[in-house]
Amino acid sequence: MEKLQTLSTYLVEKLGAKVCPEIAFDELTVVVTLADILPVLSFLKADQACRFNSLVDITAVDYPTRPTRFEVVYHLLSMYTNARIRLKVAVGEADMVPSAIQIHPSANWQEREVFDMFGILFSGHPDLRRILTDYGFRGHPLRKDFPTTGYTEVRYDEALKRVIYEPVSLVQEYRQFDFMSPWEGAEYILPGDEKKA
Amino acid sequence: MMDGDIRVNAYDDGTTDRETGEQRIRNFNLNFGPQHPAAHGVLRLVLELDGEIVERCDPHIGLLHRGTEKLMESRTYLQNLPYFDRLDYVAPMNQEHAWCLAIEKLAGIQIPRRASLIRVLFCEIGRVLNHILNTTTQAMDVGALTPPLWAFEEREKLMGFYERASGARFHAAYFRPGGVHQDLPAGMLDDIDAWCDGYQRVLDDLHGLLTENRIFKQRNADIGIITEQDVQDWGFSGVMARGSGLAWDLRRAQPYECYDEFDFKIATGKNGDCYDRYLVRMAEMEESVKIIRQAVAKLRLPDAQTDVLARGKYTPPKRGDMKTKMESLIHHFKLYTEGFHVPAGEVYAAVEAPKGEFGVYLVADGTNKPWRAKLRAPGFMHIQALDYMCKGHQLADVAAIIGTMDIVFGEVDR
Repeated sequence: MEKLQTLSTYLVEKLGAKVCPEIAFDELTVVVTLADILPVLSFLKADQACRFNSLVDITAVDYPTRPTRFEVVYHLLSMYTNARIRLKVAVGEADMVPSAIQIHPSANWQEREVFDMFGILFSGHPDLRRILTDYGFRGHPLRKDFPTTGYTEVRYDEALKRVIYEPVSLVQEYRQFDFMSPWEGAEYILPGDEKKA
Repeated sequence: MMDGDIRVNAYDDGTTDRETGEQRIRNFNLNFGPQHPAAHGVLRLVLELDGEIVERCDPHIGLLHRGTEKLMESRTYLQNLPYFDRLDYVAPMNQEHAWCLAIEKLAGIQIPRRASLIRVLFCEIGRVLNHILNTTTQAMDVGALTPPLWAFEEREKLMGFYERASGARFHAAYFRPGGVHQDLPAGMLDDIDAWCDGYQRVLDDLHGLLTENRIFKQRNADIGIITEQDVQDWGFSGVMARGSGLAWDLRRAQPYECYDEFDFKIATGKNGDCYDRYLVRMAEMEESVKIIRQAVAKLRLPDAQTDVLARGKYTPPKRGDMKTKMESLIHHFKLYTEGFHVPAGEVYAAVEAPKGEFGVYLVADGTNKPWRAKLRAPGFMHIQALDYMCKGHQLADVAAIIGTMDIVFGEVDR
């Protein structure tokens, strides 16, 4: 805990207004602006007191209600100082995130995955193809407005002798069970209760 | 066009081979997989070969993508737990562990000692399960058929332990937020002890089959060398890092559960090649057996005779309470329909899974479902470096390198 505190004050000292650290659940989170992400990443890698050489993970979180919709999250690890740090950047739907490949080669596929899942573009990425979804897939599945069922389904067509794509047809409505207790959080009216409302 | 082929071929798009003064040789593009036994699952590689030398290797992953992270956002925390068995299905409980740790960190749950020891016990059983599979099938990729046949018998026995504890051989769903699902059945500790006694002999057999085997050494030594710098650049963890001499193990560096009270060594390699990683895995199995023995011994001590779940809001009530207390019955019903609510916040919980650092980044918004859960799979980072590692190697080495990376597509594709 003291270690994180020291690291956090050190970062503020060195980077000043670029960073805004906070500690929660024994983890150090640093909020950075989009323009500062690359300088901060390379500082964290090069600085001898930090040595965050290993990029553990890049991911994003979708908050549809916020003005800047996405939050791109970087997790870094230093095997030398045995410390972890999390960087968070707010990214709007139209923003491009500078690619971190020059600093961490392992950012390559992770940025591809974020692009695939959220549609966030990375500028300077040499090969921003989809990675996990199907060839020719449309949409970005981890956005909150993408339905869990997807839009297309595949089946083998006996007549055409090949796999074909069709729009999803559900025999019944896809059910998102909501078990929230009506006393605590439900914002819907149960069938049969309409009259009271 | 093959090497030494002097014909001038015409192709469908109207082009023909061009011949200048000297025969011009095009690189050969090869599709490896998705249905290839050495791809360890559904991996498609587009290889560009110059003769037998790999010049470029483009892995196409995602053929086993099931959208786990998307599915998790519409299910309760407890319903999400079984998805973790289906990630790295070779060592299922290690993944569940990361999920439980993330929830426990957010909710501030202290789990009882017995549960903690059982978790360690089964995590190490999972590690042995994984390393048996990996070392022997990698040996199969390079031409040895006997090791898997011999060692899989031990895997069956270990999965028997899984089954006796949880009721399932693979998809256990045994670790739960707040502890483990049930206590171990009577007599199981003795059986695990007896298994440990016999396992050293199997390991010796494997060593006898492989370690000094000339073909095995020729196929693995000096293949796929990883330096310390590469480990950092490509985000490697687990055996891939330890094989290159970095004594990095989360069980030791950032101890979770009660690993800090166990006595075990961290095996490291010297050269960072496939052979060293094989040796590291073999040594790790021995260390795991040591931890299993210690865990069994600790489970027999009086201070370990506790409950296996931290009873409270996050865990089900005892069966007996349910029959006699109305509150317990209501609690049980609510827990398995609505599920528990996890306080808002975000955590990253990582465990030393057999393949490397398996992490869960959990963003909770205070409801009964995670707002976002990112699963950080070690294999994803490892296979990303396949192009880097295979460049300049022979085609046959690709299989050896994939084998040694310990790829399981359940976790890579998620």
